[in-house]
Amino acid sequence: MSDRSDVTLMINGRTYAISVEPRRTLVDAIREDCGQTGTHIGCEHGVCGACTVLLDGAPIRSCLMFAVQAEGKAIRTVESLANGEELNTLQRAFMEHHGLQCGFCTPGFLMLVTGVLERQPNIGDEELVDVLSSNLCRCTGYQNIVKAVRAAAAEMRRR
Amino acid sequence: MSAPTKGSGMAWVGRSIRRLEDPALLSGRGCFTADFKAAHRVRFVRSAVAAGRIEKITIPDGATVITASHLTGVKPIAPALHKFGYVQVEQPVLAEGVVRFVGEPIAAVVAPSEAQAEDIADLVSVEIAETAAISDARIALAPGVRTIHEGAARNIVVEAKFETAGFGAAQDAAERQIVVEIRSRRQNASPLEGRAGLAAYDAVSGRVTLTCATQMPHLTRTAIADLIGMAESDLRVIAPDVGGGFGQKMSLVPEYVVLVWLARKLRSSVAWTEDRRENLIAAFHGRDQYLRLQGSFDGNAKLLALLAEVTANVGAYSCYPTTCAVEPLMAMAEFPGPYDVRAYSCIARGVLTNTCPMAPYRGVSRPSITLALERLMDVAAAQFALEPAEIRRRNLIDKFPYISATGLKLDEASYRQTLDMAVAALDLPAFRRRQIEARLQGRHLGLGLATFSERTGYGTPAFAARGMEVTPGWETVELSMDPSGFVELRIGASPHGQGLRTTLAQIVADQIGVAPERIKVVHGDTDRTPYGWGTFASRSLVIAGGASLLAARKVRAKLLRIASRLLEASADDIVIEDGAARIAGTDRALAIESLARAAYHQAHLFNGDIDPGISETATYDPAGTFSNACHATIVEVDPETGRVRIERFIVAEDAGLLVNPMIVDGQIAGGVAQGIGNALLEEIVYDETGNILTATLADFLPPTSREIPPIEILHLETSSPETVTGSKGLGEGGAIGAPAAILNAVNDALAPFGVAINEIPATPQRIRAALRGASERRQ
Repeated sequence: MSDRSDVTLMINGRTYAISVEPRRTLVDAIREDCGQTGTHIGCEHGVCGACTVLLDGAPIRSCLMFAVQAEGKAIRTVESLANGEELNTLQRAFMEHHGLQCGFCTPGFLMLVTGVLERQPNIGDEELVDVLSSNLCRCTGYQNIVKAVRAAAAEMRRR
Repeated sequence: MSAPTKGSGMAWVGRSIRRLEDPALLSGRGCFTADFKAAHRVRFVRSAVAAGRIEKITIPDGATVITASHLTGVKPIAPALHKFGYVQVEQPVLAEGVVRFVGEPIAAVVAPSEAQAEDIADLVSVEIAETAAISDARIALAPGVRTIHEGAARNIVVEAKFETAGFGAAQDAAERQIVVEIRSRRQNASPLEGRAGLAAYDAVSGRVTLTCATQMPHLTRTAIADLIGMAESDLRVIAPDVGGGFGQKMSLVPEYVVLVWLARKLRSSVAWTEDRRENLIAAFHGRDQYLRLQGSFDGNAKLLALLAEVTANVGAYSCYPTTCAVEPLMAMAEFPGPYDVRAYSCIARGVLTNTCPMAPYRGVSRPSITLALERLMDVAAAQFALEPAEIRRRNLIDKFPYISATGLKLDEASYRQTLDMAVAALDLPAFRRRQIEARLQGRHLGLGLATFSERTGYGTPAFAARGMEVTPGWETVELSMDPSGFVELRIGASPHGQGLRTTLAQIVADQIGVAPERIKVVHGDTDRTPYGWGTFASRSLVIAGGASLLAARKVRAKLLRIASRLLEASADDIVIEDGAARIAGTDRALAIESLARAAYHQAHLFNGDIDPGISETATYDPAGTFSNACHATIVEVDPETGRVRIERFIVAEDAGLLVNPMIVDGQIAGGVAQGIGNALLEEIVYDETGNILTATLADFLPPTSREIPPIEILHLETSSPETVTGSKGLGEGGAIGAPAAILNAVNDALAPFGVAINEIPATPQRIRAALRGASERRQ
C-alpha cells in the first residue's frame, strides 16, 4: 500500500501538489497534506457530515472520497468563507442566532448550507430542515442552526 | 455587540451578547486536538471478545507494539470510594491477562502514520480463551453467576441503602400502592469530536505536554502522574478546543496514560485520535438501569411513601475520579425529586458486567429517576382519575427551605409556578378537546409532563457525602490586569461549548468597568491556570462564575483605591463603568487603563499603601442549589408504524439569574434534543456474546434536525440565596426532563389501546410490539 500517487488539489483557489497513497481519503489529504484543519472528521462513515466540503460547488462528504478522485476539481472549505477577519453573511448569522456551541460540527454545516443556498437561494423552510438533517450536531438541538440559515438566506436574497 | 448601557450599573450580565468564542470556530480557526501534528501515530488493538483470558499476543517483526508486559511500574486505574460497600476494582491501562469487554485496549501500535499503524494493528494477533459474556445487570446478579472481578460478590460493586424511620408504617397507612418498573437502555453521549490525545516530550525540560479532548485537565494530570509515577510538575495537560463532552470526557482515559508513557519512552511525540467505532464501543457509556418504584398514596392522591430499587449496569470497570458508584448514589440521594414525601426507602446497586465502563453522562441518573417518578405520577393520576398536572400540584413541594427525606436542602424552587406556566402554554383544556376529536378520526395525540429539580453548582460538601477519595467541588480563579489595561481571567474550569469565555467575561466586566472583549478567559492549560476540577455537573457558571465575581470585586476595590488616590476623592464617590473611574456627577474621570498603568509604573505615588500591580485570586466552594423546570410536550403516535412525532415541546425553567439568556436557551435546547434522542432513538445494543451491534452513528441514531421540534422556552428567574451570583446551573436539565415528558406523552397517546410503555428508547419496534401484545391479549 506504499505506492504513492501525485495529486494536485485546488483548495480555496490555491494549488497543492501532494503525493499520497491511493487509499488516502480526501479529508485526510485536506487536513494532513494541505494543512487545512478547519474541516473536521466526525465519523468516517459518511453519517455525521462534519467533513462536508464543496466539490465543484456541490456539498460532499470528504471522508467518503479518495484524494485522487478530487484531482482537478475545485474544493472549497470553511477557510474560504471569511474575508480576513470579516465573517460572511452565513457565519454572522450562526453567531447571531447561537447556531454553534462546541463548534466541531460547524464547518460541515456551513459548507453544506453554502452549497445548498448557492444552488437554491429560494429553498423552502421544510426542504431546508430536510437538507440540514444531512449533518449531525450534538450541542445545539438544531433549531438555532435552522434559524441562522433562514436568516442568512433571507439576507442573501435581499442583496 | 451593542455598547453597554451607561450608568446602568449591571450593564453586561443579563444580556444576550454574542459569544467571544465564535469567530474562530466559524472560520476554521478552531484548534482541536487532532489538528496538531505528532511524529508518531498510535493505534490501539482492542479485544474482539467480551470476556476471556489472553493466551498469546503475536507481534509482527520489526513493529513497535506495546502491551501490558512493557508497562512495568504503571499502576492500574483504581478509583476509591469509602462508603456503601464499594469494591475497589482495578483496570490495567492495557489489558493484563484477562479482557472484560469488547473494545478493551490490549496493545498500542506506534507507526509514522495512522494508516501504517492501522495496517500493523491488523497483523497483531491476540489469542483469547473466551468465556461466556455477561452483558445484562440482572443476569450478572443471578445466584451462581461468574464474578467479573474478584471480591465483588454477585458482581455488586457498590450497594447503598437508605430508609427513613417508620417507613413501613407510612407505607401501611396508605390507601393505594402503585408500582412502575422502568428500563432505561444504554446510551453513548456521542460528542461529535471523539477522544483524542497528543503527548509530546520536550528534551530540554524533560517534561511531557498532553494535549487532549478532556473536560478536566488538572485531574487528568494528577491521575496520569500518579499512575506512571512521575512528578506532576513534569506533565502539562492542555485541553484546546474540545468538541463536546456531555460527561464522556470527564473521566480518565486509559489510552492517554499510554500516550504519556510512550512519549517519555520514545522521547518524541505520539498522537491518537479515536475513530467513531472506538468511541461507540470503548469510550464511556451512560444510563442502562432497571428501576422499580412503589408509591404509596392516600385517598387524595398524596404520596405518603416511596420505595425505590435501582439496578445500574456499570460495565466492566470503574471510572476515575467519580467511580462507577456515581450513578446509583445520585439515584438514591435524589429520587424523591421535587415531591413532598417524608417516608422514603431505597436500595441502589452498581453491577459489574462485560460491557463498556459507564461514566457520568449529562444528567447522571436523574433522567432515569425522573422518568420513573414521572411515570409513577401519571399512572397514579390515571388511577385517581386526575389530570397529570393536578396530581403533581398536590404533591410538589411548595414551602422553602425544604429538607428532603435524604437530607438535601432545597433552598428555594418554583415547581408549581413552572408547572402552571407550562400547562398554560399548552392550553390543557383545548388540548383535551382536540385529543378526543383526533381519536374519533383515528389519530392519537398525547400530552406528557415532567417536573423535576436539578441539583447544580455543588461544592465539596455534596461530593464528600458520597465518600469519594477524590472530592471535587471548589474552583479558584486568578484575575489580573496588565499595565495596558487588558484583563486575563485564568480558571480551573474547562468549558467545551458552554460559552464560559463570554459569560465569565460578562460577570467580570460589570465589576471592573471594561468591556468583555478586553477580558481574556484562559482555560484548559495546567501550566497557565490554577488547579481546578473542570467543567461538569452544571457547575461552572455557578462555581467558577462565583469565584470570578469574588475576584472581580477585589480588583474593583483596588481600582477604586487607586482612583481615589489619583483623583483625590473618596472611593465612595467614585463609580467604575464604561471603561473609566469617575467621580459621580462630575466630568472628572480616569480611564481604567491609566489606573492599571499607575498600579505598575507609578507605584511610588501610593507610598506603599497600595501593593503594586493588579492581580487577585478567589476561591468559591458553595453548598449547591437546585434549578427546576417543567417540560411539557404534545406528541402524535402512529399506531400502524409506531412512529412518534413531536408537535410541541415547552420548557418552563427557573435557573435563577441568567447571565446570558441566549446561551442559557442554547443549553436547554441542546439538552432537550439529547433527551429526545435518549427517549425515542438512541441505544447501544449488545448481542448475547457481548458484541456491540451499534457501532456507527447510523445504527446508534442520534436525532437530526428532522426529529427535533422547536423548543419553546419560558423563564422564571428566582435568584438563589445559596450562590453569590444568584445564578443556578442548568447544563443538564434539558436531558433530565425530556425523556419522562416524551414517554408520558407516548403513553397518554396510546391510552385507548391499554398499553404501558415503560422502556426507553421507545422505538417504533417497541411501540409496535406493545400494541401487538395488547391486541393479542384482547383476542
